[in-house]
Amino acid sequence: MPAPKYWREIPQRYRLEGAKCKGCGQVYFPPRLICSSCKSREFEMVNLQREGELLTYTIIRVPPSQFTDQSPYAIGIVELDRGVKILSQIVDCDLDKLEIGQRMRIEFRKIYSEGEAGIICYGYKCVPV
Amino acid sequence: MVGIVGYGAYIPKNRIKVEEIAKVWGTDANSYKKGLFVEEKSVPSPDQDTITMSVEATLYALKRAQIDPKKIGAVYVGSESHPYAVKPSGTVLAEAIGATPDVHCADFEFACKAGSEAMFVCLELVRSGSMEYGLAVGADTSQGAPGDALEYTAAAGAASFIMGKDNLLAEAIETYSYMTDTPDFWRREYQYYPRHASRFTGEPAYFKHIIGAAKGILKKVKLEPKDFKYAVFHQPNGKFPLKVGKILGFKREQLDTGLLCPWMGNTYSGSSPMGLTAILDEAKPDDLILMVSYGSGAGSDAFIWKVTPKISEVQNKAPKTKDILNNNKTYIDYGTYAKYRGKIRKAE
Repeated sequence: MPAPKYWREIPQRYRLEGAKCKGCGQVYFPPRLICSSCKSREFEMVNLQREGELLTYTIIRVPPSQFTDQSPYAIGIVELDRGVKILSQIVDCDLDKLEIGQRMRIEFRKIYSEGEAGIICYGYKCVPV
Repeated sequence: MVGIVGYGAYIPKNRIKVEEIAKVWGTDANSYKKGLFVEEKSVPSPDQDTITMSVEATLYALKRAQIDPKKIGAVYVGSESHPYAVKPSGTVLAEAIGATPDVHCADFEFACKAGSEAMFVCLELVRSGSMEYGLAVGADTSQGAPGDALEYTAAAGAASFIMGKDNLLAEAIETYSYMTDTPDFWRREYQYYPRHASRFTGEPAYFKHIIGAAKGILKKVKLEPKDFKYAVFHQPNGKFPLKVGKILGFKREQLDTGLLCPWMGNTYSGSSPMGLTAILDEAKPDDLILMVSYGSGAGSDAFIWKVTPKISEVQNKAPKTKDILNNNKTYIDYGTYAKYRGKIRKAE
C-alpha cells in the first residue's frame, strides 16, 4: 500500500472513526460526504465500539502475496455494537471453532509489512472474546 | 503530588514451554526450570509487535484513567524492539489513542529499563507543570538467539501508565536512579540478536545496580523493607528477583504478587512495570510499593508508590494482568514459535 493511501486511512484503521449524520443519526464507516438516508452533508465524528458479533466468515487458503505467511486465515463481517458492519481479518483463533454469532473484540495489529524495508501497515483485526 | 492515574498491561495469548525449547536443543529442561525458575513464556503472534501491544495496554490504561487522550502531553515508549530503526513507535501509539497532534513524542532505549525511564520522565514533566498528563509505556518482543540461554525467557508484553496530578491511583513518593557503564548485555547496530557476558550479567550488573538503587531510595525516604506491602524488581528470570529481594531483606510474600516471569518470561522493558500492574490490580489504599527496574549497560530506576483510596474504583475497569496471563492461553510447538518469531530463513 502506498504510504499516502495508508496515511489517509489512519483515523479509520487506527481509531475506528466513523461519521454520524447530524440529520438522521445514521453512522457510516468509513465516513461519507453525503448521508444516503437524509442527504445531509453534516456529520460528527464517532469512535465505533470495539466489540461486536460475527455475522459471517470465510477461510482464505490462497491469499494475496503479502499474506502467504498467514495462510490459512479467516476474514469475516462483524457487526459492532452500534450496528456498523466491518470487514476484518479474524486472528488468534482456532479456525475449526469459529461460529456465526460469536462475540468478537477489536485489537490493534500489524496488517502487513511492505517487505523488509518498507512501511509497516497497522490497523484493526478481530479476535474472539 | 504526582503519580499514576491509569495503568494497563497486555500479554499475547501464545505460550511455549521450557520443555519444548529444551527438546529442540537437546538440553535438560529441568535444569533450566530449576536454575532460572521459569516454566513457560509468552510469544507474540506474527501480527504483534511493540507498537500493537503498547496500543492495547494503553487502551486499558485509558479505561482506568477515564481522561480525554487529547490532554496527554507526552507519549514515550521504552523498548529494545522498536519495529522501526528510524520512525518512532510513539507516533503510531499517539495516533491510535487519539492524542495527536498537540503532544511531545519520543522513543526510549536503555535495554530492559527503557519503560521505567519513560515513567520517570513523565512523572517529572507532570511535576514541573509542563503538562497535565504523560503516557509512559514499557514494551518488548524480546529477542533471544536460537539455542542461547536467553531463548528460554525472552518473551513479549507491555505495560502502560498515565501519569498525572489529580485523581491518583498511586502517588509517587520518591524516585532514585543508579547507573554505571557496565557492558553486561548489548546489541550492536544491524545485529539481529543481543549478546551477553554470561555470569557477568549477575553480581556486577543486575545485583549491584538493583541493590544500589533500592538502598539509595530507602535511605532517601528513611524506610525499611518491612514498611512495604509489595516489592517488584526486574525479572530476567524467576530466580534473580527473589534472590535480590532476599538480599535486601524482603520476604517472599512481599515479592509474589508482582512476580510474573516464571509463567510469562522476561518482557524486557515491560518486566518490572508489568509486575507493578499486577500489584496495582490487588493493592489496597495506603499500601507502599517498591519498584526497581534494571537495564543492562547498566542502571536501575527505583520508585516508591503509595496506593490511594481511588484504586478500588478502577481495578475492574480493564482486564487484570494475572487474568490476561492465566486465561485463554494457546500453547505452540517450537516450529510454530520459530515461524512466528521470524527465525526461519526463507527464499527471497
